Amino acid sequence: MTKFNDYISKQKFMEELYRYKRGSVTRRHFLNVTGLGAATAVLGAAVPGLLPRPAFAAGDIGDRVILATWPNYHEPANFEAFTEATGAHVQVNVFGSNEEMLAKLQAGGSGWDVYVPTNYTITTYVSEGLIEPLDASKLPNYDASAFDARYAEAGSVDGQLYAVPKDWGTTGLAINTAHNGGKAITSWKEFFDITRDSFSGRTMVHDYQLTTIGNALKYFGYSFNSVDEAELADAEKLLIDVKPHLFAISSDYQPSMRSGDAWLTMCWSGDGKQLNTDMPEIAYVLGAEGGEIWSDYYAIPKGAPHMDAAYALINFLLDPAVNAKEVLAHGYPTADANTFALLPESLRNDPILFPAQELLSPLEFGAAQTLTDPNRAELMARFKSA
Amino acid sequence: MTQRTRNLLLLAPAGTWFLVMLIVPLSVVLIFSFGERAPAGGVVPAFTFEQYANLPARWAAFRNTLFLAPVGTIAALLIAYPLAYYLAVKVDPKWKMLLLVLVIVPFWTSILIRSYAWIFLLGGRGIPALLGWIGFEDIRLINTPFSVLVGIIYGYLPLMVFPLFVSLDRLDKRLLEASSDLGAKPWRTFAQITLPLSVPGIATGCMLVFILLMGEFLIPALLGGGKVFFVGNALVDLFLQSRNWAYGSAVAVTLVVVMLITVTIYMRLISRLGAHREDVSLM
Repeated sequence: MTKFNDYISKQKFMEELYRYKRGSVTRRHFLNVTGLGAATAVLGAAVPGLLPRPAFAAGDIGDRVILATWPNYHEPANFEAFTEATGAHVQVNVFGSNEEMLAKLQAGGSGWDVYVPTNYTITTYVSEGLIEPLDASKLPNYDASAFDARYAEAGSVDGQLYAVPKDWGTTGLAINTAHNGGKAITSWKEFFDITRDSFSGRTMVHDYQLTTIGNALKYFGYSFNSVDEAELADAEKLLIDVKPHLFAISSDYQPSMRSGDAWLTMCWSGDGKQLNTDMPEIAYVLGAEGGEIWSDYYAIPKGAPHMDAAYALINFLLDPAVNAKEVLAHGYPTADANTFALLPESLRNDPILFPAQELLSPLEFGAAQTLTDPNRAELMARFKSA
Repeated sequence: MTQRTRNLLLLAPAGTWFLVMLIVPLSVVLIFSFGERAPAGGVVPAFTFEQYANLPARWAAFRNTLFLAPVGTIAALLIAYPLAYYLAVKVDPKWKMLLLVLVIVPFWTSILIRSYAWIFLLGGRGIPALLGWIGFEDIRLINTPFSVLVGIIYGYLPLMVFPLFVSLDRLDKRLLEASSDLGAKPWRTFAQITLPLSVPGIATGCMLVFILLMGEFLIPALLGGGKVFFVGNALVDLFLQSRNWAYGSAVAVTLVVVMLITVTIYMRLISRLGAHREDVSLM
C-alpha cells in the first residue's frame, strides 16, 4: 500500500461509489480500488498517537527470542506482529512433556529465553536453580489482580514471582464417534477397555508420564498423582497389556486424529477444541473418574541469552488483545479476566473450554512429586521400551 | 623442524579431536554408568553395579535393534547390489555420472523431512488407501516394524550402493570375458568371479549401514510411533525424559560392547569368505 502511482479517475471513482452504495461491492473493495483505504492508513501513520504502540519500553532488544513451548499452542500472526513491533524474530522449539523441558535445562545450554512450564513443575525449577525470578515492573501488561488465583498461584514460590499464567486446561480424551456408532465414551475405564476391543490399533496415549500413568491410575480409581508402588504396579500392568493395541505413543496426536489413522486419544482441551471445530464427529470428553486440570505459565530460564527480549515477548503475549487472539488460535481458556472479556460470546460459553463444575471437581492438579519420582519416570520408560 | 615433529604437528588436530570428542566423553559415560540417579534427575557419583543389573528392563529395545539392524542391512544389500551392478557394469558410460548423482540427490534433504514424508505415505491415507482401492482392506503399515524397516532401507540405501559400486566398477571386465570364453554360464561367472571380487564392497557397505543402524533412533521414533523401540530410543528416553543418566550410561556402554562384539564376529566371518582385512576400508 506504499505505491500511489495509480490514481483513479473522477468518473471511475463515482462508479465505484455507486457500486458500493448499491451494496454490490464490499467496503473493503471500495476502499482498495479508490485508494481511500491506503490514504487513510498514510494519514493515520502521520499522526504519532495512532501508530500501533510497541509492546515494550523503547530500546534495542536484539534480533531474536527463543521460545520453548508445546505443539499447536500459539497464534503465528502474533509472533509476526511481535517481530514487526520489536525487530526480534521469535524462534519456536516444541516439546512433548515437562520432563523433556526439565531434562534440557538440567543438561545446560538450552539457549531458551522463554519457556512454558506447567504448574506442578515450577517448585522443582526453583529448587534446582533453573528459573529466573521475574521482575514484575518489566511486565506492565501483567495485571495480577485480573487472574483467577487457582490458575496463577503456582507461579509464585515463597512469595517470589517466577512465572506468569498463560492459560489453563484439562486433560481428557478425544474420540472419533463415527467409529463408535456415533457415541462418545465417558470414562478412563472405557478408554482402556475399548482400546483392547473394537478400537484396537486406533488409540494414542501421550508420550508423557504425568498423563499416561495418571489416567491409567484413574482406571483403577486411584489418585492421578499417586506414587504408591502397588498402585503404580497396577497402572504398569494395564499399560503393558494395552500397548500392543495402541496406534502410537505420542503427544502430537492431532495429525493422526485428523487423518483418521487414530480414533481415540488422550487429549488436552485446546487440542480437543481445535479437533472438534474442524471435525465435529470428534468429541472431547473428561473421564468420569477424574483426571488432570492444569495451568501453564510463561517463565524465563536462568541465564537466558536474550533477557530483554524474553521480558518483551512475555509482556507482549500478556496484552489482553494479543492474548485473546492466542485463545482463539489454541482453544485454551485464560485465567485473565481482561482477556476473557474480549472473547466472543460463543467461546465464553464453550463446554470444552469451560466444563461444567461437576466435571471439573474430580480433576486434580499435577503434583510436584510426580515430576521427580524415579518410579514414575522408570515406569514410563519401561512401558515405552516394552 | 624434524620429520617427527612435523608428523606430530600434522596429527595434532585429529588427535586432539579424537581425545576431546571420543575418549573423554566415553570415559565420562563409563564413570556415570557406575553412579546413581540424582533425586531430581541427573547422576550422583557412586560405585554400584545396580544399573547393569537393571539391564534386562531394556531387553525389548536390544532385541528390536539386534533384529532390525541386521535385517535392514541385508535387505539394503539385496536391493542395492543389482542397482550397483547395473551402474558399474551395464549402464552406458555417458549416463553413469548422472545416475550416480541421482543416487545422492536424496541426501540434499534432511533425513528428518524425508522420514516425515513416509509418515504420510505409510499412513491410512497413503499406500493403505491405494491397497484398499484394489481390494486389500484394513492394512496397517505405519507404526509397525515393517514401516521402520521401510524407513531404514530407504534412508540407508545410498550408503550401501556406493561401496558396492566402487568395488564393481574396479572389477576387471576382462575376467568376465575370460570366464565366458572358457564356457562358464552367466550365473557361474557371477558366483565365481563377480561376487567374490565384490566382497570388499559388500563388507564395507554392510559395516557402514549396520553400525549406523545400531545407533539409529530417528526412524523408529517417527515411523514406529513409539512402539518399535531401538536402543537409541531407550537412550534418548533415559536422558531426555526420565533423566536417569546413570542407567542411560550403562545402557550406552552395553550398546558399545554389543556392537564391538558383533563387529568382531562379522569381521571374522568376512575374512573367512575371502576378503582380506585390508580390503574392508572401514577397519
